[in-house]
Amino acid sequence: MARFVMEFERPLVELEEKLDEISRLDAAALPELAAEIADLERQVEQLRQTLYSALSPWEKVQVSRHPQRPKADDYLEAIFTDVVELRGDRAYADDQAILTALATLGGHRVMLLAHRKGRNTKENVARNFGSPHPEGFRKAERAMRLAARFGLPVVTLLDTAGASPGLEDEERGQAWAIAQCLATLSDLPVPVVVVGIGEGGSGGALAIGFGDRLIMLENAYYSVISPEMCAVILFKDAQKAPETASALTLTAEDLVRLGIADEIVPEPLGGAHRDPAVVMAEVAVRVEVALDALRAEDPGTRTARRYERLRAIGVFSTGA
Amino acid sequence: MSINDWFKQRESRRYTVSAGATADGLPDGVWRKCPDCGKTLYQGEVVKSLSVCPHCGHHFELIARDRILALVDDGTFAETDAGLCSLDPLRFTACKPYAGALEKAQETTGLAEAAIIGRASIDGRPVVIGALDFRFIGASMGSVVGEKITRAFEIALAERRGVVLVVASGGARMQEGMLSLMQMAKTAAAAERLAKAGLPYVSVLVDPTYGGVTASFAVLADVIFAEPGALIGFAGPRLVEQTIRRSLPKGFQSAVSLVEHGMIDGVVSRSELRERIGTVLGYLLPDDATTAGGAV
Repeated sequence: MARFVMEFERPLVELEEKLDEISRLDAAALPELAAEIADLERQVEQLRQTLYSALSPWEKVQVSRHPQRPKADDYLEAIFTDVVELRGDRAYADDQAILTALATLGGHRVMLLAHRKGRNTKENVARNFGSPHPEGFRKAERAMRLAARFGLPVVTLLDTAGASPGLEDEERGQAWAIAQCLATLSDLPVPVVVVGIGEGGSGGALAIGFGDRLIMLENAYYSVISPEMCAVILFKDAQKAPETASALTLTAEDLVRLGIADEIVPEPLGGAHRDPAVVMAEVAVRVEVALDALRAEDPGTRTARRYERLRAIGVFSTGA
Repeated sequence: MSINDWFKQRESRRYTVSAGATADGLPDGVWRKCPDCGKTLYQGEVVKSLSVCPHCGHHFELIARDRILALVDDGTFAETDAGLCSLDPLRFTACKPYAGALEKAQETTGLAEAAIIGRASIDGRPVVIGALDFRFIGASMGSVVGEKITRAFEIALAERRGVVLVVASGGARMQEGMLSLMQMAKTAAAAERLAKAGLPYVSVLVDPTYGGVTASFAVLADVIFAEPGALIGFAGPRLVEQTIRRSLPKGFQSAVSLVEHGMIDGVVSRSELRERIGTVLGYLLPDDATTAGGAV
């Protein structure tokens, strides 16, 4: 697959291409080339470090949307076994933007819920680019209740730009479907481990996006509104997204600082797409460790603490 | 045009009022024009009819406190947690500083925040009642609104009361970033606890109710009513229109269409709300709550 270049990577890519071009020249005929090549290599390495080691929030948002970033299906293939997909909301349709499945992760049999972006155009069209319809959330809620009845821990993977904002989504009760997920998830008697693997867009992410642990990939984001839409509302200009991305506290680091996320899974320099296998294996380890700890707890204590976690979020003065 | 602009434009269309109107509703003695039937109305007359046009039934908006007083037994409302104030935890300054917007909202509304909650009785039945005031930054839900709604459910749970919430909101308050998104989960969790305890929750959705507020506590009620003419949804109409690239059908997201689609229990005019809610509480509020001394 051709390499997808993010806007902020362009200077690096240009330099890499130049290096590539020079390297192909006949070095024997031009002995002074060796020094130039070495110099260019140093420059490329330096630029790579400075570009990727301190990504801005807006650059992280771009990395989180990288088309080659590992998606729910990649995780499904790489770290889960014995998968039985469960389909349909038993009311209207099967929304492919959300995956629900019985799955095994190492020593844990779990209920997997995931936003499901496509890996190509055809899949993306079928899955509405990972933006769920109400029936997707209703399917997820059905899977949550099933997990509760049979004592299966719930593992969720977040990767959506947001809930679908279409006419029929409204008519079929998008808000109602999301709200019901929130209510059911809040009081589920089984462990709930959430992993932010890519985009965490607003209510559509939150519907399967909180629990006993929130693990964020280094370049995943989670936000109340997309930086672009926030920029349109505040500045009437989507080009201001870099500014709003910084203001919205949407990075993994921000979430840990605010006490919303628990831990961050580091990504290779440049993003998870540079070495998906390593990232996915680390996610598997982190989720298993979390499940080991959570399953040892009394269910009542666990759900009470989940409530207290939510209860503690918010900053205000009591006016006293 | 953004959703906010759209709301603002509607707002300005609706407040067709002569100069001198105060933030806290309108002084008697001014005339206002009904946006539905076009008749010129005497403000004193409008106030007497719960801010409903006596000619065509158009529902003007009401400030949060008046909404509460219109529903509870006279003299029973006792506000709680009135001192809760928003801070600016993220120092949100994109475009215009959040701190300034808060100050301005407090000045123009005389409120500490968009939500008011308190204990009261309706038909002698003990409730916690709350209302959101759209004038305060579009009654968007940040930390304080989320906290107050959560406390409303928690007080009701502890004292075995019903909950009645009158909701209007533009959605989550983006100036509080992820703190505001998480208020959706927090309020939903509190509503779920009340539901599990067998205590009833009735919500009244008024114009407009959107976004993260609709998609959390607002629609988790056991019984949901809406006022005539209210627009209610998740995504704002402009965004939906942009998404589907054609114009929206007439009545889209209106209270009436929500009844038709099975999303709410009915459209109830303001003059009938108090009685309707009282009747519902009569059916749903458990005996131990009703006999617990009734009033506040």
